[in-house]
Amino acid sequence: MAHDDTLVVLDNVTKVYRMGDVEVHALRGVSLEIARGDFVAVMGASGSGKSTLMNIVGCLDRPTRGSYTLDGRSVGGLSRDVLAEIRNRTVGFVFQSFNLLARTSAQENVELPLVYADVGTRERRRRAREALERVGLGDRLDHHPNQLSGGQQQRVAIARALVTAPKIILADEPTGNLDSRTSLEIMALFQELGRSGITVVLVTHESDIAQFAARVLIVKDGRLQSDQRRPPAVAVAPPPEQELA
Amino acid sequence: MNPIATTRVATRALLRNKLRSFLTTLGIVIGVGAVIAMVAIGEGAKAQVQASFDAMGNNLLIVTSGASFAGGARGGFGSQPTLTWDDFQAIRSQLPAVHLAAPQLQGRAQIVSEDQNWSTQVTGTTPDFFAIRNWKFQRGSSFGQAEMDGGAKVVVLGDTVAQQLFGANVDPVGMGVRIKNIPFTVIGVLADKGQSPWGQDYDDIAVVPSTTYQAKVQGGLSKFLAGAILVSAISAEATQRAEEQITSLLRERHRLAAGVDNDFQVRNLTEVASARQESTQTLTLLLASIAAVSLLVGGIGIMNIMLVSVTERTREIGVRMAVGAKPRHILAQFLVEALTLSIMGGLIGVALGLVAARELARRFQWPTLIRPDIVLIAVVFSAAVGVIFGLYPARKASRLDPIDALRYE
Repeated sequence: MAHDDTLVVLDNVTKVYRMGDVEVHALRGVSLEIARGDFVAVMGASGSGKSTLMNIVGCLDRPTRGSYTLDGRSVGGLSRDVLAEIRNRTVGFVFQSFNLLARTSAQENVELPLVYADVGTRERRRRAREALERVGLGDRLDHHPNQLSGGQQQRVAIARALVTAPKIILADEPTGNLDSRTSLEIMALFQELGRSGITVVLVTHESDIAQFAARVLIVKDGRLQSDQRRPPAVAVAPPPEQELA
Repeated sequence: MNPIATTRVATRALLRNKLRSFLTTLGIVIGVGAVIAMVAIGEGAKAQVQASFDAMGNNLLIVTSGASFAGGARGGFGSQPTLTWDDFQAIRSQLPAVHLAAPQLQGRAQIVSEDQNWSTQVTGTTPDFFAIRNWKFQRGSSFGQAEMDGGAKVVVLGDTVAQQLFGANVDPVGMGVRIKNIPFTVIGVLADKGQSPWGQDYDDIAVVPSTTYQAKVQGGLSKFLAGAILVSAISAEATQRAEEQITSLLRERHRLAAGVDNDFQVRNLTEVASARQESTQTLTLLLASIAAVSLLVGGIGIMNIMLVSVTERTREIGVRMAVGAKPRHILAQFLVEALTLSIMGGLIGVALGLVAARELARRFQWPTLIRPDIVLIAVVFSAAVGVIFGLYPARKASRLDPIDALRYE
């Protein structure tokens, strides 16, 4: 069983996809523990299984074999509805391509998880505003995604992940579509979240980005190849006035 | 997620593609509009037939004398007087299925006022005649038993006759007319009734007491009733029974042996009326089913667009699922979208149908009748179309795998 300070426990997790007649072994037995408040980078080439690992940790997918415990709860045989609830309350996602709803204001994008959590309108507005202020977009509440820069869109996505006060934030190549300066800003934001006690798991293939994590996992051919802990580099965000509008 | 929020999300999604949403609803609009207009036409035709039969009389049966047979030449019904006044009294008083009965003695006569004259159908009858025919008075009233007994020279005019003799703006009650040169006093004018189911003008008539008719118009009292007997049954369902009772009563009274043909004829006009009703009912059904087919086509249009919409918004569905939407939330979202489309279409269609029905009535003088229950059914039906044709796309959306949905390009 998980210790109190352990959030994620994977025990010999395998994942097999069927693509027509071919079986694809995306994960071939991964065992892993992630402590609360840790900042973990998962690295690997494309097709290594890192995305599958992240999908399982994020309860978007279920392991074929092996057990997965998130926040003390075994995820194995849960229904789609219960998985949706766990994603809603415990997990926050940040994607490479932001995945914001088009023609919908920043405020409403951030409110989306709260809509499915049946939070009242007033409370929803307040919490979305707070989350956007926390990522430095308190003055962009009514902007639509096409009125925002890439970095700002990713901040909105991070605010959306934060708004339900999740235990863990999963970011899949969050800087993949951003220039290096903006990437730095986003990483600084993730480090700040990590300091506030949220567990952050970051999937990336860039070692530049992975250096900001306290722990780096390397996945290869569906197996955990290395697990290193080292003092992270500190991401320093450029001063806000240099930011492109 | 509450229904109001779901509806808001659905409405916004639809407003994002205004033209497409409009074109999609058009199918339903035309379908519902067609249903409303077609049923209005069918019901209007039915009501017109009903009204003309209503003016003919309530649950009416007509008893006429038999055919004459002289030297090999057979006359028509009524050519041989076989009905007697005693027969009439027996029908009136002895049969349980008979509500009222009145004689109808008819002949054409010239009717003359002070400065006009007009040839019309003069009918001799009893006061019950007006109740059987369901004819109302616009001025004055019917004659009563006193006038019957005394053979009073009083006359009730139909609207056409009153207008021909006295003009439109004169009240003829109390004025004198002459029928076959005998002076009569006008005591009432019948309300305008229009045409019979066979195109005869119901208003071209003058009604006098049957006693007066026999004595003054026809000439000579007789044992035989030289005309027809109008009978109204106690209810529409009882007309068949009344017909049987009259037939057996008259056969008995005329001492007809078994196997001998009737020397009279009983016509059940309610049956004729219901046959007419059935044919207009068939017309309504035909029109409505053609309209329903277009509603079905509208539904298919909705399904088509909803499937496109689900495909287009696969990523959105993935995002919603990732942040915690359950399959039923996605199902509800798309179902409400389809429902919104179809109900909007239904409401616009109702408006269109009402306008179309009114225009048809105005331009082509078609009788149309809007039935509120049909309007309600059309709206409910269009909502049902939305649910039925929205269900498949919505289920498809709700069953998407969140990972595939997020990866969808």
